[in-house]
Amino acid sequence: MSLKGKSKTGARWPTIRFTVNGESRAVEAPPMKRLLDVLREDLHLTGTKEGCGEGECGSCSVRMNGELVNSCLVPVLQAEGAEIQTVEGLALNGALHRLQEAFLQCGGAQCGICTPGMLMAAAQLLEINPHPDLAEIREGLAGNLCRCTGFMRIFESVVAAASEQTAEPSAEEAHHAR
Amino acid sequence: MSALATTRIVGTPVPRKEGVEKLLGRACYVDDMERKGMWFGATVRSAIPRGFIRSIAFDRRIDWSEFAVVTAADIPGENCIQLIVADQPCLADGKVNHCEEPIVLLAHTDKHKLREAAGAVQIEYDPLPPVFTIEESERQDPIVWGSDNIIKSFLMEKGDVDSAWAGAAHIVEGEYRTGAQEHLYIENNGIIAEYSAEGGVTVWGSLQCPYYVFKSLRAVFDLPEDKVRVIQTETGGAFGGKEDYPSILACHAALLAMKSGHPVKMVYDRIEDLAATTKRHPSRVRHRTALDSHGRLLAMELDLNTDGGAYSTLSATVLSRATLHSTGPYLCPNVRVRSRSWATNTVPYGAFRGFGAPQAIFAMELHMDEIAKAIGVDPVELRRRNFMHQGDTNATEQLMREPVIMDQLLDRALAESDYYARRARFARENPDSAVKRGLGIAAFYHGSGFTGSGEVYLNSLAGVDVTAEGQVRVLVSNTEFGQGTNTILTQIAAEALGIDYSDVAMAAPDTSLIPNSGPTVASRTSMVVGRLIERASLQLIDHLRQRAGLGASYSREEFFAACERYRAAHGEVSSLCRYEAPPGIHWDDQKYRGEAYPGYAWSIHVAQVAVDTVTYSAEVEEFWAVQEVGRVLHPVLAAGQIEGGIAQGIGYALYEKVVWQDGRMANNQMTNYIMPTAEDVPPIHVYFEEIPFRYGGFGAKGIGELPHDGPAPAILNAIRDATGIAFCAIPLLPENLFAGLVANQPVEEPAVS
Repeated sequence: MSLKGKSKTGARWPTIRFTVNGESRAVEAPPMKRLLDVLREDLHLTGTKEGCGEGECGSCSVRMNGELVNSCLVPVLQAEGAEIQTVEGLALNGALHRLQEAFLQCGGAQCGICTPGMLMAAAQLLEINPHPDLAEIREGLAGNLCRCTGFMRIFESVVAAASEQTAEPSAEEAHHAR
Repeated sequence: MSALATTRIVGTPVPRKEGVEKLLGRACYVDDMERKGMWFGATVRSAIPRGFIRSIAFDRRIDWSEFAVVTAADIPGENCIQLIVADQPCLADGKVNHCEEPIVLLAHTDKHKLREAAGAVQIEYDPLPPVFTIEESERQDPIVWGSDNIIKSFLMEKGDVDSAWAGAAHIVEGEYRTGAQEHLYIENNGIIAEYSAEGGVTVWGSLQCPYYVFKSLRAVFDLPEDKVRVIQTETGGAFGGKEDYPSILACHAALLAMKSGHPVKMVYDRIEDLAATTKRHPSRVRHRTALDSHGRLLAMELDLNTDGGAYSTLSATVLSRATLHSTGPYLCPNVRVRSRSWATNTVPYGAFRGFGAPQAIFAMELHMDEIAKAIGVDPVELRRRNFMHQGDTNATEQLMREPVIMDQLLDRALAESDYYARRARFARENPDSAVKRGLGIAAFYHGSGFTGSGEVYLNSLAGVDVTAEGQVRVLVSNTEFGQGTNTILTQIAAEALGIDYSDVAMAAPDTSLIPNSGPTVASRTSMVVGRLIERASLQLIDHLRQRAGLGASYSREEFFAACERYRAAHGEVSSLCRYEAPPGIHWDDQKYRGEAYPGYAWSIHVAQVAVDTVTYSAEVEEFWAVQEVGRVLHPVLAAGQIEGGIAQGIGYALYEKVVWQDGRMANNQMTNYIMPTAEDVPPIHVYFEEIPFRYGGFGAKGIGELPHDGPAPAILNAIRDATGIAFCAIPLLPENLFAGLVANQPVEEPAVS
């Protein structure tokens, strides 16, 4: 891209440093460039998606310093020094994260475009609240729109992943999430 | 035969074929792709709903030498998108017929320069008077399309309606309206195109129907078949919204690629996608119904109208499906349905899950509750008295040859929802509560596959092959956009071939590799294409037995060994089959009579709704869906289809309003076009009754569109049950509830002494 590294007047853009999925990264970018675009264009992490560009749909959700953010609303300068996790950072050493495994088994992903953001929202929820009830799951995912599933199987996936972490799968709970 | 057999893979919840890639964030959608030297494209659109283009000027503050600029004059072939009627230009030439109609295309190497440049293209118009509604179009002054503003009309007649009124015990009338609805796939429309004089046009994109795009590119570029190639990328939701529109966007990107000499990416942002692309047809349906003293239907007369928008796109076939579903799953000896699709100066309406049926079924099912109230019969009982059964004929005099189990579906829905106990409880609780609860029912059927002779005309070709590397592939032009095409078709092939699910993959959705097995629409994939894959697989086994020594029973290793023997002796290991209509299927286009669809899926929906009479909000609290869709190929995907369709139907009924302002969508953002969120959808209970359909893939019928048909009428019937007030239009927003509830507030009755 022509803008990369230089402003219109030829001055170099500042270098912004942060950690993505445990790796230190440095990018030269306009400070107001959206974190979403830096992830996708500069770092080629295209798992994070744009759905609306105004913070409504949650497709671009990533975790930043332990919080869930819409990366379309974060200017990259705010990410200076931050720890960021994207969908690419969920699976470890080729093994699916328990949420990914649960989404696969329960039918939590259909077209897949909301899935990366939904997974990040679900990961955030389970970190704060390892055993959410259905109302808490609904609230935790309310900022992430899915047009395919009607959300039922996403709820079921989160319940399944939550019971997985206790190694005590609760069929009862999974049933009530329906 | 196979439909009834025990299966190893069909009917089991195997993991979604492309699921792991999607969960890892590796699935490649069009905006995730780059081509070397790629530029970006933008569209300059009409600012007015109707008029002549007087001039197009390019502001000198922009250095236009950096840009590729395309107008209608640059089109090498026919300036026309190829759908049913050749009326929609690829780029407006001299005249515009709706706001946001594309006029000029721009491309630049830096996408950030496009917005300013698009604003520097100054277009002057001589406006003409527009029409925006069915009512304005019906006046036929001005004429904005053809000779009479009528894009298409149908007359569906059975028996003798005119003689039925005199002998009727009851005559009940009603009028019902539905609004536009946005698909709101989370991935916007997007295409990347390349062009070279030698190679022709190649496009990659988010789309449902590769061969539809192929056809328009051929016409717009005047190219032979071997110079056009369409490749579907992973597609982030479609719902019909990527059936017709990608043909336009693909032509635009390819024109810019030709003009610029670079690959060009055009990916709409949400604002442009909402403003400029198709939506569900608004409708107005009037019913007049005659009944005998037992509440049995004697005659139904309907006047059904849709708003088609500025160009015809798919309005004719949408209207046909609306017409054919307009009398519901009921037996009636005398029927007359007049239907028309009217042109207006809005963005053209297009395909959307259900394709006219949700509009028609909304009217029919609200009218059933209107009849029940008028003649003093329970709405459940009224439906039960009038259901079609096996051996009956519907409004096109199609004989119901297969089992029809509406009574059984209704019984199950009543039992699962504990319908009568709940209604009794609400009747007790409602008088003393500001929150009024009610239950509503919708009963409906949905035809699978193309309407009438459509499947015969499509003449689909599909099959399987085994590559030299030992990969078994399904060869179809049917695409995956979330609904599960990849999974069910590979399940069917693996089942029929007697190998493992993991042995079978989908061939890339690329028109240079795959045959034309028709578009991915009309709930046809599992029934029609699934059956083709089943037949082609069985045919391959037959060939391997006769010509490569495959035994009567065989292991997967023996299967692959036989494939290699076949390849050595005969060449390619491939098996293709062409569509064959089930026996006895006949459709008369002239008389609009006969077998409208080869198979129907049947369903009952029950909605529980709470209406808050203080805040005027309506909340769907619980939802039950019972359906017969033939054999269920994959229980998790099938339930996911039903649940997702119901959520969209809830949005259609209570949330999703396209606000029009002088022919332009005023709320073209996710901030103010509201769909149901995780906090809005109720628990949805899904039940299948399975009757394998002998002409579908392993017994399957269509499922994708069915669940969008029932929620809106079930919800409005529940609101009527809760409040006693019949609301007859959707979307039903709190302000509409407020208006209706206030207008109908009971006047305090004088005490009776």
